[in-house]
Amino acid sequence: MKSLEELKEIRDKYKNEIQIRKKEFREEEHIHKAHVMVCTGTGCVSSGARDVVAEFNDELGSRNLEDEVKVVGTGCHGLCELGPLVIVYPEGTFYSEITRDDVAEIVEEHIIDGQIVERLLYEDKSGKKIAGYNDIDFYKRQKRIALKNCGKINPESIEEYFAEGGYEALGKVIDELSPEEVIEMVKDSGLRGRGGGGFPTGLKWSFAAGAPGDKKYVICNADEGDPGAFMDRSVLEGDPHGIIEGMAISAYAIGADEGYIYVRAEYPLAVMRLKKAIIDAEEYGILGDNIYDSDFSFDLHVKEGAGAFVCGEETALMQSIEGNRGMPTPRPPYPAVKGLWGKPTNINNVETLVNIPYIILEGPEKFSAVGTEGSKGTKVFALTGKVNNTGLVEIAMGTTLREIIFDIGGGVQGGKEFKAVQTGGPSGGCVPKEHLDLSIDYESLLDVGAMMGSGGMVVMDEDTCMVDVARFFLDFTQSESCGKCTPCRIGTKRMLQILERITQGDGQGGDIDLLLELGARVKETSLCGLGQTAPNPVLSTIKFFRDEYEAHIYDNYCPTGSCDELALPYWIDKDICIGCTACVNECPVDAISGERKEPHVIDEDACISCGACAEICPVDAIFQK
Amino acid sequence: MTCACNGEKNKEKYFEPLYMIFEEYGPDDKNLIPVLQNAQDEYGYLPEDVLKEISSHMKIPLCKVYGVVTFYTQFHLEPRGDNIIRVCMGTACHVRGASDIFEVVNDELGIADGETTEDLKFTLERVACIGACGLAPVIMVNDNTHGRLTPDKTREVLDIYR
Repeated sequence: MKSLEELKEIRDKYKNEIQIRKKEFREEEHIHKAHVMVCTGTGCVSSGARDVVAEFNDELGSRNLEDEVKVVGTGCHGLCELGPLVIVYPEGTFYSEITRDDVAEIVEEHIIDGQIVERLLYEDKSGKKIAGYNDIDFYKRQKRIALKNCGKINPESIEEYFAEGGYEALGKVIDELSPEEVIEMVKDSGLRGRGGGGFPTGLKWSFAAGAPGDKKYVICNADEGDPGAFMDRSVLEGDPHGIIEGMAISAYAIGADEGYIYVRAEYPLAVMRLKKAIIDAEEYGILGDNIYDSDFSFDLHVKEGAGAFVCGEETALMQSIEGNRGMPTPRPPYPAVKGLWGKPTNINNVETLVNIPYIILEGPEKFSAVGTEGSKGTKVFALTGKVNNTGLVEIAMGTTLREIIFDIGGGVQGGKEFKAVQTGGPSGGCVPKEHLDLSIDYESLLDVGAMMGSGGMVVMDEDTCMVDVARFFLDFTQSESCGKCTPCRIGTKRMLQILERITQGDGQGGDIDLLLELGARVKETSLCGLGQTAPNPVLSTIKFFRDEYEAHIYDNYCPTGSCDELALPYWIDKDICIGCTACVNECPVDAISGERKEPHVIDEDACISCGACAEICPVDAIFQK
Repeated sequence: MTCACNGEKNKEKYFEPLYMIFEEYGPDDKNLIPVLQNAQDEYGYLPEDVLKEISSHMKIPLCKVYGVVTFYTQFHLEPRGDNIIRVCMGTACHVRGASDIFEVVNDELGIADGETTEDLKFTLERVACIGACGLAPVIMVNDNTHGRLTPDKTREVLDIYR
């Protein structure tokens, strides 16, 4: 491909191909009678999406419909819990939890007879069946920019990316804009780093562009390691070309000719799709030498991580690419000045980069029209924990936590009471219910001791012990600490020991103050972002749930009953007990006694509070004190 | 550890897959991690001889190669089994005789915590509670949970995977 004109010709050719998926499609234009979009993100694949694709192909083949109906594997749609998901166009009918046994029915009734298969539709909270993809609460309140192609196109087809206007932004940049103008546009858009810190992207680019050097690099940080976060994975799997295009634009802007995408080895599907996307782009001449017949050349490589959380930190990541132990180095010098192999390097997160083509094509004003004063655009969150609709959501900055959790997420599971939401993973903090109306932006989250982070959002209900949550995250960061600097290596270890003794019932007076003091020191003095943020989950839970810490330490009691050593023993209500002896057999420590058909008794001293008896009891006669 | 290559004659054959990897990745520091990843795919783990060969071929000090291998959790210096057995050591399992169960597995397979059988069929690991207290004592083999175990039943479970 030699020019933007050529690209536009290809785009128009393939646009017809996918016209059927658009609202404004006209019957005479479309090539296929129907498109069956099956989500083949990691979540749906593990629920059996590949079988569903194969079954659709078999079923359509056996009816000689393969030329009329196209089956497309797409990226993640976000509602992973209800996978595998299937959307049938032109109607845009949304089917959930589809197995291979449902396929024949969809082909027969929907595709051939044109009747929607009611039984397989999504059901909302009130039990109402909803057919339209965009009518579902989970989707209709979202604003999709970063995820605009995820689930809409086949990520393994560069042609479908062309059809959505793909690589036009790169063509426009090369043809019409100087590197300085590109940087100005990104600055004007107000885009800030989506990996957690929120540094203004345009400013970061200008540093790397201004750094002297004949060789420069760009890197995409796709080493998503937070427990409970899968935003980047979904973009990598669902829109690999979007990332490549964003990287190529950043390379043009800062004057780089080589780039690396550093992906976790635990994301094999993402690695595979990225590699295919790079090969396809090279074949079309979009990567390589003299792109669009210009002086701009750009080579891109995929580098697989080897299992080290700290490599998400940019200096550690560069060490890893160079083939070393992934340990961070002090900043300054910043990567923009002295990065990969000592050369000026620009590092951006996946979600940051995938916003770039949109900003170039639609203009920075349109991007900055969404969001708040200081935080522009949208943010993708992985909504998990005790919430009804777990999955991937993209919302405009400034949306409140309440809207995300209750309107999009459908509220807390099992009608339990909301207690807190943890944002920002191991670097973030817990936001309690009094801050539910907090608007989501970088500053307001920092103000309450949490942070935007990469976008994990774990909902917790009344049964979650906040001390245990803090212990869980610190256990994670402590074991992932690389050991290079003392505050992080030893400080997090000591903090973990204190939290462990609190959750085991051995907490001592003064432990809370000790945690606060240690936490502040570790934050202040650690070398990299891992240590500088590791105490956050502890500090924020102490801030908002100090009474729970105090109950553990002074009353020897875990208010939620989650901490085994502090859990209260079980007892049997003798008015309900029917003396069936089921619990006697179930108890692992023989703490229950009683004659058959007589009420039973639990020996409180022997009870280990495992709850096995309460689970087996046929008449629900067993309770925790 | 004894040399796995059984003398000069077989050495070439043993390292053959490694040389294929070297053809793709030149002797450059930045290729160390990909070479290790490919070598582990090939050999199942990273034997000492392989590390030495990588070090001398790529002209990277063995101490650095070892440093990189031990930094990343993906790399294993000991062979891993086809089946990973996780014995739950949580409270409920503990009081219901998890240590007896562990001993049975230990005796039957002749391996301790973290070890792998010589035929590379099994790796044994002790783990904290896996949340199946009602079924205590419990072991997990790969992704399958086996509960309410007795020493005899444990032997039966092992037989399924042998």
